[in-house]
Amino acid sequence: MSSVSASFDVIIIGSGPGGYATAIRASQLGFKTAIVEKAELGGVCLNWGCIPTKALLRSAEIYHNMQHASDYGLSAETGFDLAAIVKRSRGIANQLSNGIKFLMKKHKVTVIEGFATLTKGAVAPTVNVDGKSYSAKHVILATGARARTIPQAGLAPDGKTIWTAKEAMIPQSLPKRLLVIGSGAIGMEFASFYNAFGSEVTVVEMVERILPAEDAEISAMAEKSFKKQGMKILTNAQVKSVKPSGDGVDVVLSAKGKDMNERFDRVILAIGIVGNVEDMGLEALGVEVDRTHIVVDEYSRTKIPGLYAIGDVTTPPWLAHKATHEGIICIEKISGENPHPLNAGRIPGCTYCYPQIASVGMTEQQAKDAGRETRVGRFPFIGNGKAIALGEPEGLIKTVFDAKTGELLGAHMIGAEVTELIQGYTIAQTLETTEAELMETVFPHPTLSEMMHEAVLEAYGKPLHI
Amino acid sequence: MPIEILMPALSPTMEEGTLTKWLVKKGDTISSGDLLAEIETDKATMEIEAVEEGLVFAILVEEGSTEVKVNTPIAILLEEDEDPSVMDNYTPGATVSVLAPAPVEADPAQVAPQPAPAAPTQTPAPIPTSGTSAARVKASPLAKRLAKDYGLDLAQIPGSGPNGRIIKADVEAAKAQPVQATPVAQAAPQAQTTDVGMLRGGGAEYLEKLGIVPGTYDLEPLDGMRRVIAKRLTESARDVPHFPLNIDCEIDDLLAMRKELNGQAPEGVKISVNDMLIRACAIALKQVPEANASFTPDGIAYHHHADVAVAVAIDGGLITPIVREAENKGLSIISTEMKDLAARARERKLKPQEFQGGTFSISNLGMFGIQSFQSILNQPQGMILSVGAGAPRPVVKEGELAVATVMTVTLTCDHRVVDGSIGARWLQAFKRLIEQPITMML
Repeated sequence: MSSVSASFDVIIIGSGPGGYATAIRASQLGFKTAIVEKAELGGVCLNWGCIPTKALLRSAEIYHNMQHASDYGLSAETGFDLAAIVKRSRGIANQLSNGIKFLMKKHKVTVIEGFATLTKGAVAPTVNVDGKSYSAKHVILATGARARTIPQAGLAPDGKTIWTAKEAMIPQSLPKRLLVIGSGAIGMEFASFYNAFGSEVTVVEMVERILPAEDAEISAMAEKSFKKQGMKILTNAQVKSVKPSGDGVDVVLSAKGKDMNERFDRVILAIGIVGNVEDMGLEALGVEVDRTHIVVDEYSRTKIPGLYAIGDVTTPPWLAHKATHEGIICIEKISGENPHPLNAGRIPGCTYCYPQIASVGMTEQQAKDAGRETRVGRFPFIGNGKAIALGEPEGLIKTVFDAKTGELLGAHMIGAEVTELIQGYTIAQTLETTEAELMETVFPHPTLSEMMHEAVLEAYGKPLHI
Repeated sequence: MPIEILMPALSPTMEEGTLTKWLVKKGDTISSGDLLAEIETDKATMEIEAVEEGLVFAILVEEGSTEVKVNTPIAILLEEDEDPSVMDNYTPGATVSVLAPAPVEADPAQVAPQPAPAAPTQTPAPIPTSGTSAARVKASPLAKRLAKDYGLDLAQIPGSGPNGRIIKADVEAAKAQPVQATPVAQAAPQAQTTDVGMLRGGGAEYLEKLGIVPGTYDLEPLDGMRRVIAKRLTESARDVPHFPLNIDCEIDDLLAMRKELNGQAPEGVKISVNDMLIRACAIALKQVPEANASFTPDGIAYHHHADVAVAVAIDGGLITPIVREAENKGLSIISTEMKDLAARARERKLKPQEFQGGTFSISNLGMFGIQSFQSILNQPQGMILSVGAGAPRPVVKEGELAVATVMTVTLTCDHRVVDGSIGARWLQAFKRLIEQPITMML
């Protein structure tokens, strides 16, 4: 082994929203910190995930509004330039990646470019990058995840007709017929984007409903809305074979015991993710990996002294903000503070399809399965003045309370801007308010947030506007 | 805001110490770095320094007080220009009574030059939160509601949220350990290096301080089960006054009866010695009902049924599935239930109600050849029986040396509920059932 080139208090491997935020916090806590990145600073989230897709979906939203300009008494000539839409998205990703570069410099975090491998060290594993060795007291893996592929079943990107999210966000032309395999958040966002610009979109989902992680009622409303927008949705369906031929793909789908032969221009794989755990020497160190994800305790500690793992490479939910929080808890624990472990029941999730979907905590069914006696409140967008003024009368806000204690177990939303609303309930959960404080809270009129108030009132039988 | 000076931990293992000497007195104005007091631990005597500045408003722990628990408030400082009237409503937990003898003068000018009055003689109970503490108890609305529902006093619950705010998890934790919530148990040291949960925070550093070189061991993080075992058993061993009683039982007749029963048992039923021990314990608990008891802060609970918990070793720990109302169950039912419970215990598939809430426990290490041993009580149970191996041993019968199969059992009793004579009577009843096993068939 080469001699140690530099030593740090903390080395973080991966600069996504988990890694870079942890690096900043580590630096604030007085640790001499380095971060290793094999590609662009900011990781998948900034460069190939959350942010560039939001840029694309914003274009789709404005295009949608332009098409409905006359509903608002306006006239607009509609049209789009796919290359310019993609260029805008790439520009935003680039801007934010540069922002991370600035933040690393500002916080005196050493950026080491390259792919890290780990070998046994004294206090913590030694980090090796491009023939150089770095030692640290604490090493935090934040290597993230990538799209799941199943090459044996033909479910692997070919760079041309079969895409993962990465290829799907830089299209050169608009597919006329598009198949999206998997109806989770990533699948539905791309389905929504391409549908908005006129692709004929088919979504195929193995289980009985789309967005299976969401509350069943929200899933059903979403499916209805997507179908109304012209999407074809196949649930309880399977992809039997996928064969690229020419500039297209021949696909055999199976639903209700019937096989269907279909031809698509492009196929998007959105069948989940796998953790990035390979080729880093984790096996030799004896790091426990369960189905591509590193096993850690509630403070992100692996069983190897001095080695930690956070974010998508560990346990679900696989969300950027979960990674960030997990990293901060991890480094604060290392520094001797006493943070609470992350409570998975209070991590919100957002899907930026049209209509938007947002949720936090238990679904109604999960609460029942957990043996909780519940009080459920619902309030529809049609009962809210601001929603009608916006021209967005479709949607629902649903609350799930523990009937005995008034604890807000979960909240589920579908409709315009709900991704910006959910944080209100998340704060309520974190402060451990009960229904009483939520009822006492004054929500401004006229806003969509009034529905959050009404959905609480409705759970206790006293809504005002329905 | 008044600042509480807490008894410091001067070493990672310190839980309590003696306050040998005060170097300041009531009314002194001190600044950061001033020497405050001398503290003696089991290892050394050290001087402690002030980290805050202010006026010494009250000395809470007298010079010479021994066994002052870490994190107990030992003095109160007022910040510069702070009016002593802020102390009027000062009621953090039990410290209110301690503060009562404090002077009634509201004028700080009068308070300052006064000689220190007799310091309170009692050691105050620690307050729930460390550091500064406001007059009101900080708790989330949900925590308040839960505490009310559970009948718990928020002032007795340590808060783990920001600034010591009591959150739901704290109330749930307090509910899970009713004994902990009493003032007596509260006097146990607050989370410091002695707390098992905290130890993990700096596992490597902690060991290094004690001379274990990093890299010479693997650190296995505590899983939930290990943490519960560590916490509960530490509390039990520390807080419960316990004593052992042992007795030898001849089990030849029991073994013979077991053989006979199994010879005639229907297909699939095979009674084990352990099943017979469960039944014998249950009947003995009915025969000596004062032994089937639990200590609570408000009184002794005498259980109506013998819910016998049996320690089962599983991968990574142990768990104690319970045969409920074992006194009403025959051997074949006990055997079938126990087989099912043990199998599911090993798969970690027991429901909480299947391993929480027994009234008595059995731990059997006979299969390992252990002759006798003593178990730690599984709170709130009043007794636990440790069963050793049955083996041929010389015995004296009617003046003659003979050989019998003898099994030594050790009963650990919680002296707060089970006195020596009660435990002894229970063991006699148990021995009679084991040695004349026909009586347990009634």
